[in-house]
Amino acid sequence: MEALQIAILLFVAAAGTAVVFTREPAAQAIVISFYGLLLSIMFFLFQAPDVGLSQITVGAVALPLMILLALARVKKQGRGKIES
Amino acid sequence: MTRRVRRIFFLLSAVLLIAVFWNGYSKLPPVGALTGTYGDVVNAITVPERHITDAVTAVNFDIRGFDTLGEEFILFTSVMGAVLLMRRQSDEPGGDHEDRARDRVVPNPSDAVRVTALLLVAPTVLFGIYIVAHGQVSPGGGFQGGVILSTAPLLLYLSGTFGQFRRAAPQRLIAISEAIGAAAYILIGGACVALGGSFLQNLLPLGQSASITGGGTVVFIDLGVGLEVSGGIVLILLVYLEELMEEKEG
Repeated sequence: MEALQIAILLFVAAAGTAVVFTREPAAQAIVISFYGLLLSIMFFLFQAPDVGLSQITVGAVALPLMILLALARVKKQGRGKIES
Repeated sequence: MTRRVRRIFFLLSAVLLIAVFWNGYSKLPPVGALTGTYGDVVNAITVPERHITDAVTAVNFDIRGFDTLGEEFILFTSVMGAVLLMRRQSDEPGGDHEDRARDRVVPNPSDAVRVTALLLVAPTVLFGIYIVAHGQVSPGGGFQGGVILSTAPLLLYLSGTFGQFRRAAPQRLIAISEAIGAAAYILIGGACVALGGSFLQNLLPLGQSASITGGGTVVFIDLGVGLEVSGGIVLILLVYLEELMEEKEG
């Protein structure tokens, strides 16, 4: 495996963890967009440019957009409900 | 569940996951060294027999075109579902839902955002059409180009108002074009049967390789998918934004 491929795998792992540890939903939508962008670079580096293009359009644009649009509509619930 | 129990549970499952994952991963062939013959066959026939230089498009829209038909209708059905759920019913009380955020302040986009978004509208449309039209030549195609195209009216909304979004993309027109795009796939497949071939068999003259006219029926399937995907995403954006806008007014 080439150095670039190893590097992008590490970046994807780090970004995936960052998505989980971002607890504010609006901020999480932005982080997941960045994560989607990294995934598309990963697909590109593993010689799947078609999948990479789909990933950019869906993972980095459409998905965060839908999350943000849904969030904009819904009232904020009281915090600390999930944690116990 | 206390913190301690949760941590033990997590560690146990993490160890199990790593063991199973490593077992599978260590037996994978190295990157780029697959032993299957499918890839070789596809690479050998796409250019001479289909006049398509992007093998992925040849696989998606021709060699296993029927699967892609199913995939396209997954998107079509989800869009229909979303539109159906979000539709305004005549007996629905206006603007009074308990989960609705009332006190949210919607900040106006800054001038920098508005100008950038406005400047990006035309290049986005052009780039989307380019990606749709060149599916047979280079990476991309109807799906990717369709999503890119669907962001153009959104940029218009970012740089202006929702009214401008709606004028650029009237809901009825978008719904009709989405339906035409979806129907095109089946009609092309059916036309192949009517002409004496099998469903989605590539019967048209193949045209020239590495040009946007190469690939026979794939060109038209690609355009249909582009229309369907861009229409579908814009339709979802429209119903979502409509819901938000009503809240603003109410």
